[in-house]
Amino acid sequence: MSLLKISDLHVSVTGTPILKGVNLEINQGEVHALMGPNGSGKSTLAYAMAGHPSYEITKGKIEIDGTNISELDPNERARLGLFLAFQYPVVIPGVKVADFLRHAMSNVRNPDRKEGEKLIPMREFRKELRDQMSELGMDLEMARRYLNEGFSGGEKKRMEILQLAMLKPKFAVLDETDSGLDSDAVKVVSEGLSRLAGAEMGVLIITHHERLLEFNQPQFTHVMLAGRIVETGDASLAAELHEHGYSSVRERHPDVAAEEVVEAV
Amino acid sequence: MSTKLDTNSENEKVDIGDYQYGFHDPTDKYVFTGQKGLNAAVVAQISEMKNEPAWMRDFRLKSLEIFEQKPTPQWGGNLNEIDYQSIHYFVRASAGQERSWEDVPDDIRKTYDRLGIPEAEKKFLSGVKAQYESEVVYGSLQEDLAKQGVLFTDTDSALKDHPELFREYFGKIIPPDDNKYAALNSAVWSGGSFVYVPPGVHIEFPLQAYFRINSENMGQFERTLVIVDEGASCHYVEGCTAPTYSSNSLHSAVVEIIVKRGGRFRYTTIQNWSNNVYNLVTKRAHAYEDSLMEWVDGNLGSKLTMKYPAIFLMGEGARGETLSIAFAGKGQHQDAGAKMVHCAPNTSSRIISKSISKDGGRSSYRGLVKVDPEAHGCKSNVVCDALLLDPKSRSDTYPYIEIEDNDVAIEHEASVSKIGEEQLFYLMSRGLTEAEASSMIVTGFIEPLVKELPMEYAVEMNRLIELQMEGSIG
Ligand SMILES: Nc1ncnc2c1ncn2[C@@H]1O[C@H](COP(=O)(O)OP(=O)(O)O)[C@@H](O)[C@H]1O
Ligand SMILES: [Mg+2]
Repeated sequence: MSLLKISDLHVSVTGTPILKGVNLEINQGEVHALMGPNGSGKSTLAYAMAGHPSYEITKGKIEIDGTNISELDPNERARLGLFLAFQYPVVIPGVKVADFLRHAMSNVRNPDRKEGEKLIPMREFRKELRDQMSELGMDLEMARRYLNEGFSGGEKKRMEILQLAMLKPKFAVLDETDSGLDSDAVKVVSEGLSRLAGAEMGVLIITHHERLLEFNQPQFTHVMLAGRIVETGDASLAAELHEHGYSSVRERHPDVAAEEVVEAV
Repeated sequence: MSTKLDTNSENEKVDIGDYQYGFHDPTDKYVFTGQKGLNAAVVAQISEMKNEPAWMRDFRLKSLEIFEQKPTPQWGGNLNEIDYQSIHYFVRASAGQERSWEDVPDDIRKTYDRLGIPEAEKKFLSGVKAQYESEVVYGSLQEDLAKQGVLFTDTDSALKDHPELFREYFGKIIPPDDNKYAALNSAVWSGGSFVYVPPGVHIEFPLQAYFRINSENMGQFERTLVIVDEGASCHYVEGCTAPTYSSNSLHSAVVEIIVKRGGRFRYTTIQNWSNNVYNLVTKRAHAYEDSLMEWVDGNLGSKLTMKYPAIFLMGEGARGETLSIAFAGKGQHQDAGAKMVHCAPNTSSRIISKSISKDGGRSSYRGLVKVDPEAHGCKSNVVCDALLLDPKSRSDTYPYIEIEDNDVAIEHEASVSKIGEEQLFYLMSRGLTEAEASSMIVTGFIEPLVKELPMEYAVEMNRLIELQMEGSIG
């Protein structure tokens, strides 16, 4: 069983410290929820895990099964089984979904694949793509479109889940995959995730909403405040936060709350 | 069209970097190598060797005078370093044009094999012209097309064999005094394609011309003339490569096109000269009533390219379209674009230009849209996008618009984007290396143009772009 371990992680963006010592352990097969007010650093954690060049790890480390991945390129992390479903998926004009996915899949399924070596066979790829798309209620036509170009919010998020389904990571981080979706779309995404996240996947769900967690009951709920995980509980903590917001968390952790930067909305 | 090259070949001793066509053949078996340098005697000798009529010799000598009178343009790229006296203007590599590859001299045939031409010919072409140095060494045309009256020959032969048709159109679309390099070509032209498609004849598969420079300090000056008669259609494709030498070569072609009423013609170029070639080409088409003329212009190679394919919309309802892709790598300057001149009412034009610059390369879009007085109801749409792969590289846009009529609709959009860190990160987070991700972004950037090409050329274009991208990220 694989373990993703984050220890004393400090991350700065353009020189400003954002994460100030995050500790987190996720085993394959577990579902964790990460909650916290806007600007508390949830996306920063997700980006730092995936290896975004603007997010500088100044202290601490991220390990998968004892291998420190903090210095690795994003693609090497992906090949070790890490996946981030983006809060804001990026548009890649002119690149067809199918071409992109086949390439990505070839690298992730065969982590030693070198540039220019052959891709997974077309037939195999097509079949899997067709199956996964129909499971997610996606029109096959979408695979011929350019990646995220002209996609609605819901289509983009579904595309992230499709990538998750095709790449079958050991650890998936979902950054507000449910935000901006209507309730039907949330349902599709939630069901999709629960189908995919079995014993083989450790999942970290960053969310403000309840729906995603209804279908994907977290064993652990973590609360982030001003760049630290200040509380960890079970599913009931998530429910409580949904109902009452973060004021009681702030009351319980006045020192950390004092460090919060007020976001200009 | 090229297929995999034999990389173990002995020819490949020079370090030619990522450029795969930089090898060269021996030149000791050539039939004739003209002296270096340019003067009236050199020009007269070319005419004499070709047994031309007096009018052509006079045309050449007059053109030389124009060339000498015209100053070197000081816009676009740097042309001041071209040494016209160090160039060979006429080199005859083999005795004549063959109809079977087996009759082409061994070295030359092998070169075309490496470039994949005979193979492409078998698979998907209606006809081929292979020009090597100054003249065409191989030519073919499908029999049924010949029977329908289609002419596809080298331009030298056309002058001999179809003198009336030739003289009616030659130098009419682009007269020698159009610009300095048109004058130079008019003085020393040799080879090139002559195409005539009779009324109503549709040529299904492309006609392909392949231009190859082999020797050092070579000047290639082919002259192409295409006449697409009423209601006829045709797609012509040209490719070009040259060996890599430390000194410069010059390629200066003139291409004249006439598309008559209701005709359709597409001219596709995949220009992949080595990085020591000056590529200064004048291309112009006249499109008559309800005809469609399209330039698809891919510029990947050369040291400096200055080329602005033009379409004069001469008849009501004519349409013109130019799709231009330029890739400027290290030491390259691509100054490319398009000209659209609306001479008749209700004509429409579209220019789509995409350029990519990397490793300090420079690309410029230079375009003109002109609407004559009385040309009412014209439409024109220009879109140019530039992609910069690194901060060392450069892109400029020079759009010129001249409108002398009120009732016109002109749209112009230009954008420059840097290859996005967010795009790279997104793709890399899915397991793609940085090089794969950049290459994918670039391929996607030109996809709207590449998808217009027939499949074989689309594959070729993507492959060439990938080669350009290789080793560029580090
Ligand atoms: N790329 C960035 N550039 C500048 N500031 C950033 C960037 N990413 C995050 N931040 C800052 O880091 C803090 C945490 O943001 P984020 O991780 O997006 O929070 P959350 O996802 O919890 O809403 C905020 O103050 C935000 O402004
Ligand atoms: Mg966020």
